[in-house]
Amino acid sequence: MTTPLSHGAPAAVADTPITKVSIIVSKGSLEGIYPALILANGARMEGIEANVFFTFFGMDAINKARHDHIKVATVGNPGLHLATWLGGFPGMSSLVTAQMSKSMEKLDIPPIPEFIEMIADSGAKLYACKASVEMFDLDRKDFIDQVDSIITVGDFYQMAGGGQIIFT
Amino acid sequence: MPVLTAVARTPEGFLENVGDWDKELALELAVESGIPTLTDRHWLVVDYMRTTFLAKGDGPTIRTLGKESGVAIKELYLLFPKGPAKLAAKIAGIPKPHGCI
Repeated sequence: MTTPLSHGAPAAVADTPITKVSIIVSKGSLEGIYPALILANGARMEGIEANVFFTFFGMDAINKARHDHIKVATVGNPGLHLATWLGGFPGMSSLVTAQMSKSMEKLDIPPIPEFIEMIADSGAKLYACKASVEMFDLDRKDFIDQVDSIITVGDFYQMAGGGQIIFT
Repeated sequence: MPVLTAVARTPEGFLENVGDWDKELALELAVESGIPTLTDRHWLVVDYMRTTFLAKGDGPTIRTLGKESGVAIKELYLLFPKGPAKLAAKIAGIPKPHGCI
């Protein structure tokens, strides 16, 4: 077990605590999807209402055929400190994804399909973006059962009313 | 005189000393957290939190809690609507969970 340097309560609790967050997931890579899922799960753990809106390639996270095959982007990802030509090698993305998944499992961070199910079970609502669904020629049956509905950007703003919006 | 006023607590209301806890105190902590009574299902979670903490030095993640406490995630949120891991930890008299998951 590691001991964090400091994990106490914030110095001062804000006057207006956050009671609702609406998180947009726009990227389809592993590192693009996890932060949003951690934020959504963390919100529910604090008793904060949470909506998650999947758009563009972020929809892969709720796509039945794809959500178990999300990979780390190894090209054009300077954070990996990997030469671009090496990142493009066949199998590199799978290798880095496997390594990262192993580290996450150690921290008890679930794989994406299980994480999404956990978040839905926690009472967060999941939505797919209508414009993206039409653009990629998808429909309701392409998505996992936990998805509440396919909504427009206008619906999204209405449902986000009174809360914070986080774009990832 | 409620016993809760006699024990040391963090600014967020968690017990400072795990040893101060007893079942009476748990009930008071529950009421204060908006849970008027502790059912057998609540106790299952609270006991699991406390046992895990005493064995491992940290409370379980929400994932482990859902898998191993005997109460699944959906029901955990019905029992502890304001956050199962955090509230169950408080009621179990253990420190606030440190992890992000």
